[in-house]
Amino acid sequence: MAAGAVALEGVTKRYGAETVVADVSLAIAPGEFFTLLGPSGSGKTTTLSILAGFVTADAGRVLLGGQDMTQVPPRGRGLGMVFQNYAIFPHLDVAGNVAFPLAVKRVPKAEIATRVAEALALVKLTGFEGRYPRQLSGGQQQRVALARAIVARPGIVLMDEPLGALDKNLRYHMQVEIKEISRRLGTTVIYVTHDQEEALTMSDRIAIMEHGRIAQMGPPREVYERPDNAFVAAFLGEANLLPARRDGTGVAGPGGARLEAGAGTLPGAEGLLFIRPEKLGIAPGTAAEGPNSLAGRVRHASFLGNTVRYAVEVAEGAVLVCDAPNGAGTVLHAAGDSVLLRWRAEDCRLLAG
Amino acid sequence: MPLTLRATLLLLLPALLLLSGLFLLPIGWFLTASIAELGTWPEILEEAEAVLLSGAVGRSLLTTGWIGLVVTLLTLLLGYPVSYALSRVRGAAFTAILLCIVLPYFTSTIVRTYAWMVLLGRNGLINQILLGLGLVAEPVNLLYNRTGVIIGMTYVLLPYMVLTLYAAMKAVDQRLLQAAEGMGASPGQIFLRVFMPLTLHGVVAGLLITFILAIGFFVTPALMGGPGDVMVAMLIEREVEITQNWPSAALMTIVLLAVTLSLYAVYSRFAEPGEAVR
Amino acid sequence: MMGPVLRATLLRVLVVLLCFGLLAPIVIVAIASFSGDGYLKFPPESLSTRWYARFLGDPRWRQAILNSFLIGALASALSTLIGFLAAYAMLRGRLPLRRVVAALLLTPVIVPHVITAVAIYFLSARFGLVSVRPWIAVAHSVVALPVVLVILQSALRTVDPALERAAMVFGCTRWGVFHRVVLPLALPGVVSAALFAFLTSFDELVISIFLAGFRSETLPVRIWNSLLLEVEPTIAAVSTLLIAVTTIALGIDALLRRRRGEGFPGR
Repeated sequence: MAAGAVALEGVTKRYGAETVVADVSLAIAPGEFFTLLGPSGSGKTTTLSILAGFVTADAGRVLLGGQDMTQVPPRGRGLGMVFQNYAIFPHLDVAGNVAFPLAVKRVPKAEIATRVAEALALVKLTGFEGRYPRQLSGGQQQRVALARAIVARPGIVLMDEPLGALDKNLRYHMQVEIKEISRRLGTTVIYVTHDQEEALTMSDRIAIMEHGRIAQMGPPREVYERPDNAFVAAFLGEANLLPARRDGTGVAGPGGARLEAGAGTLPGAEGLLFIRPEKLGIAPGTAAEGPNSLAGRVRHASFLGNTVRYAVEVAEGAVLVCDAPNGAGTVLHAAGDSVLLRWRAEDCRLLAG
Repeated sequence: MPLTLRATLLLLLPALLLLSGLFLLPIGWFLTASIAELGTWPEILEEAEAVLLSGAVGRSLLTTGWIGLVVTLLTLLLGYPVSYALSRVRGAAFTAILLCIVLPYFTSTIVRTYAWMVLLGRNGLINQILLGLGLVAEPVNLLYNRTGVIIGMTYVLLPYMVLTLYAAMKAVDQRLLQAAEGMGASPGQIFLRVFMPLTLHGVVAGLLITFILAIGFFVTPALMGGPGDVMVAMLIEREVEITQNWPSAALMTIVLLAVTLSLYAVYSRFAEPGEAVR
Repeated sequence: MMGPVLRATLLRVLVVLLCFGLLAPIVIVAIASFSGDGYLKFPPESLSTRWYARFLGDPRWRQAILNSFLIGALASALSTLIGFLAAYAMLRGRLPLRRVVAALLLTPVIVPHVITAVAIYFLSARFGLVSVRPWIAVAHSVVALPVVLVILQSALRTVDPALERAAMVFGCTRWGVFHRVVLPLALPGVVSAALFAFLTSFDELVISIFLAGFRSETLPVRIWNSLLLEVEPTIAAVSTLLIAVTTIALGIDALLRRRRGEGFPGR
């Protein structure tokens, strides 16, 4: 299964004075579902293009299945790929599209027919062989693109924002299916998206990119709960980032409150205290009790259905967002109520600002 | 994944070879070789002055400019309503108007010229109508004179003007006109204060392209004009085909080429690239 | 002050008259070509095909028809091939001075044809190429090339570059991308380009006058030569043939456009 291994070593790409990919190194195991996540302009699409061979890196190496493919053109890399907006050939019918990678390699006709049928069955499009792309819905086109990407049984499949054009319900459905198919085939998937929820749902590991660099890489839960910096913390979801400073005895929070924090990445003294809103406990109260508790006043309460989101002012200008589950018998706090927020030391981290 | 510079040049090579081999280099060669026959620079300048300011050539240059100007203005006058209508109608009316423009546009210039020669002749339809209506007592000479040239060239060049104007008019955002109407402007005001200014660049482009094509015209004035309607292009042809006076042809070519290319440079600022060819 | 209704009616009448004026000369020539009278009279008093018989019975005219079609076909093939490569390069290529090259490629339409014709004649006379038909086709390709380029660039612009990348990932060479994806998608445009290139050559007169000589007269040149002598009715029949060819070409193009509008057909 070494065929599915992917590695980038010190890959760099510059356009003029701008460095769009800066010294990116990563190693992906065979069968892994790996996501490149980042805002537009973060270099994730360029990184994928370098993997596919559309763009040649200025420095560094691309290894696919253990082989150096840095200078190999796209057709020699043996990849499968799902494109943004699908890039289905409008002049070919569904069967023609799915057969394309095999037809190019001059696979015998009979074998093509069998494998196209298998691939279409896998994406649940049996019976659509003779349809043309313009006769298909967005979701069906997406499935054609998926079938075409896997029909030649590549060890590695690249996916460039494949679900970007679908509506929310369909997207969730396809997330599950893509994940399922890739697991069944044992394919390595490298998935590009700017949607953090999608990345968290689908990936074995996520690399969060910013300004052409990998800001952090790890399994979804790790990068979500233990971000290394403020960018990752904020990009992966709602995050409280409060100014804090480390001193001789511990951490001083807003209004000089004494806090304890789990391991962090703060090198110096001044930084940000990170904590996810759902890790905060909220209860009526007026005075802090023990470490990692702050008293404050509710500024807003927003009812979100399964949770209630509170904005609590704990000191002049310092507001914490707290998500409280809307469980059985929950008492809602109203704006102006005095409340006490508490959290566990291991749920918060001290990050560089 | 853009093509490499090498692949780009390789694909462009046949086109560039054709263009340089049968267009740029021959023009350059014809001009330099013919001019070189005249001798040294002072001799060349002397000859240039003699040729270009001679009665025949000077008159021809004036004639060319004058006919070009009249024809261009006439095409604008006649073309503007047609383009305007074309830009405002849909469906069958649109197709009908377009057909009336496009069929002549793609019909050979010589066929179009011939058609008017038939119509304008002494026994032609126009004279028959004029006589029938009692407007004239005897057939009018409409052919082999300035009138014939102007009618013929206006007809041949009208589609260029119409299509250029139409391109500009089609690009006008209809919502701007609706907005003006919503603000209480009368149809006349909408036309004068919104539509005209928005399509002015199209008018300029149309005037330029028509004038450029008109001053290089050869077939129509040669067939429909009289002795007093010799345009520069005809003179160039005569110098080459009849008198074989290459230096004189080259000198006139330089003048015509210089005027054409300068106007084209101005035109490029007003029109989309490629609009002239469509 | 005119009322809006009156103004609209006036505009309508004016446009109808102008459109009539644009189309009428062509239609009148076509009708008059079937005249049975001794000279071109409109409306004709009797109908006949005598001018067609005279036209098609004359070996010199028949030769001109053959020359025109041969040269047109060759010029169309040549300029469409060259133009397709150039259009693709202009669209997908990395090119310094792109605007300059683009403007340069279009100049043959702007420069008066007399100048182009004289220059090509100057060259051809020295190499004994006057009245060589393939050479006339090459010369016509110079003026057909801009037409082809404009049509093909707009046709190729509709081909999504992502489709080409997809083809590459799935194993296509540059050539494979070309013939499996780009060409099929741009095909209606290619046919249009070839049609208009053919028309450009078929209708071209000025370059042909200089290069045709006696042997390789095309239809327009033959018309030109006889019109210099007299306005004879046979020309009406010849003109009608040229008009018919133009009409057919435009008709085919309109059909192609309609199909393009509907996207790709089912089987």
